Amino acid sequence: MNKDIIFCGVGGQGVLSVASLFINAANDVGLHVKQTEIHGMAQRGGAVTSQVRVSDDPIHSPIIALGTADFIVASEPMEALRQVSFLAKEGCIISSMTPMKNIEYPDIEEVHGQIKDFKNNKLIDTAKICEEISNLRAANIILLGSLVAELNIEGLSDAIQTRIKIAFAKKGEKIVESNLLGFAKGLE
Amino acid sequence: MKNTQMLLGDEAIALAAIHSGMSAAYSYPGTPSTEIVETIQREVKNDPDLDVICAWSINEKVAMEEGCGASMIGKRALIIMKHVGLNVAADPFMNMAMTGTSGGLVICVADDPSMHSSQNEQDSRFFSEFAKILCLEPVDSQECYDMTMQAFELSEQFKTPVMIRLTTRVAHSRTGVILSENKQDKKSISLPTDFKNWTLLPCNARPQYVALLEKQKDLQVYANTYELNEINIVPGAQKGVVVGGLAYPYFKECLSELKASHVRVCTYPIPDEKIKKLINAVDELYVIEEGYPLIENQLYRLIHETGKTLTIHGRNDGTFPMAGELTPDVVRKGFGLTINEEGVYPLSSLVKGRPPQLCKGCPHADTYNALNDVLKGHEQERLVFSDIGCYTLGAYPPYEAIHSCVCMGASVSMAKAAGENGLKYSVAVLGDSTFEHSGITPLLEGVSKKVPFTVIILDNARIAMTGGQERIMSEEQFIPFILGTGIDEKHVRLIKPIPKNHEENVQVIKEECEYPGPSVIVARRVCIQK
Ligand code: SF4
Repeated sequence: MNKDIIFCGVGGQGVLSVASLFINAANDVGLHVKQTEIHGMAQRGGAVTSQVRVSDDPIHSPIIALGTADFIVASEPMEALRQVSFLAKEGCIISSMTPMKNIEYPDIEEVHGQIKDFKNNKLIDTAKICEEISNLRAANIILLGSLVAELNIEGLSDAIQTRIKIAFAKKGEKIVESNLLGFAKGLE
Repeated sequence: MKNTQMLLGDEAIALAAIHSGMSAAYSYPGTPSTEIVETIQREVKNDPDLDVICAWSINEKVAMEEGCGASMIGKRALIIMKHVGLNVAADPFMNMAMTGTSGGLVICVADDPSMHSSQNEQDSRFFSEFAKILCLEPVDSQECYDMTMQAFELSEQFKTPVMIRLTTRVAHSRTGVILSENKQDKKSISLPTDFKNWTLLPCNARPQYVALLEKQKDLQVYANTYELNEINIVPGAQKGVVVGGLAYPYFKECLSELKASHVRVCTYPIPDEKIKKLINAVDELYVIEEGYPLIENQLYRLIHETGKTLTIHGRNDGTFPMAGELTPDVVRKGFGLTINEEGVYPLSSLVKGRPPQLCKGCPHADTYNALNDVLKGHEQERLVFSDIGCYTLGAYPPYEAIHSCVCMGASVSMAKAAGENGLKYSVAVLGDSTFEHSGITPLLEGVSKKVPFTVIILDNARIAMTGGQERIMSEEQFIPFILGTGIDEKHVRLIKPIPKNHEENVQVIKEECEYPGPSVIVARRVCIQK
């Protein structure tokens, strides 16, 4: 088994944090993992990506080749479209529906439409789920749940829940619970 | 896999230095090297008993010299900077190869091919060659960890500083690391018995240089025996590949499709004997390395020495592009292997650029709005020289407020020169930390020579672009320090850049721009990210 995943979004959306949570959990279940990210000036509201590779076998390159990624996990729908050159033909886009309009933004219906044109896609109304679980910052965790459901790697779901507990412990029991709930919603 | 931790290359280097008994780390922040010091600071905070000195230095030159001082008294020290920082520190760097070291001294330099967050993609391996010191080049976090530990030992063994060369993808990738059980204690003070080699008077420097040249032989022997400089001769293979840096994992990914012998290079000097063996075994030579063609240009000599005639496929002949970082696709293409290009989904025309921008509510935005109002209508007689920081983003719309960004501190020197050469409105705009780093000396010049120019210091009390590190001076020190240059007190102005002060700020900036002498405006409001 090896899976190549691109996490993407806009600086400040927590793309790098969710990628980091994911790779730590993958490491916990004994997989080989490599993750690379671009930050620096990208922190200031620019496009952000983190490429993640997990495998049963040792991995060489930290970077994913064009047209080979199994998943794009996007915190923002236009950013999902920015990364499609990496996606394999059978690859899947998992994206939040909610746009981040800090630029002159294209028609959102058209953006959604183009994502839906991909054979494998999961366009998720994260904003709605966030409201249901009363945690407006849980979008990435919901997307992560959706990714884990698709990946179907033994023990990964539990490992991620453990990592969620560690990552949000400082923010209190309520935040931990709502994130776990968000993750479960994503898994559905 | 149980004990494997996922660490950034930067984090691995930090931990290795601590586990090597480092006493002090000296650095100025710069992507992608910043996390090294941040990790050391975090470790020290969690365990004060570590007792490692680790505060930011004022600039890279000072950091380099501080490391030199620590080494001279027998302590182990780590010096960290990004590639362009090494330009700032080049003077002590070149001379520390001459003085040699006492306590182990490791200089970690992070290059940024493709300029993800930099103004050039210079290759620091050339600096290690220039200074004639050993350089190690790791490709993942485990190697970052192991090579840093080795580097401290090697620095003491060869009595020279050792460079660790990182690139963005190594510094900012997380891969599994198993930490060493064997942690070293810090060294106690031991003073040199002979000060000649630390005192580079010409009469001392000449024999020191001969000694440095002598060391090259030992470094060369080391390179040829270093285990990770692996050589693999495949019987019957016509292709030979010399592969350095991050090219190695990309090469490994295509290995099954290539019938090729190879030598991996992760030390500089390069393992010449191993490479000659490879040359003798093959009919065609490829060289892939992350950065400028450094190994490649040395291959001509090695081929000559073997008496063979071989063509080299590398960056010089366009097999691999001269600019930009390597990727798995670039490497495959160079080898003529199929790449996915046609099968790749095209970019939709809906996708708009999303460049980085100033945060909403950033104090710099208010200063730029005021400055733009002052200079409106004077387009033929004004320039705004800027510098390196978040505020460089003021070059983008809607501000388009600045006209240059060259290197740390250049704003003040350039504005001073433009002012004394007759430009009516010559304005420098730079951050408080950039001012401390390299803006102080040209300001002192401009004030002493009474040059008509205006320096606007965007004082957000932080090194914001790299994540909000603290600057050196306290708020109380800042303005008295500027007054200490002897500048007329009436022309040192403090403003608060907030929208409601706009008119007032326009007035202040206008007055100082019209004043035919040196003036400084401190626009003070803390970065909203902190
Ligand atoms: S980080 Fe601070 S200084 Fe930088 S753009 Fe944001 S508010 Fe401005």
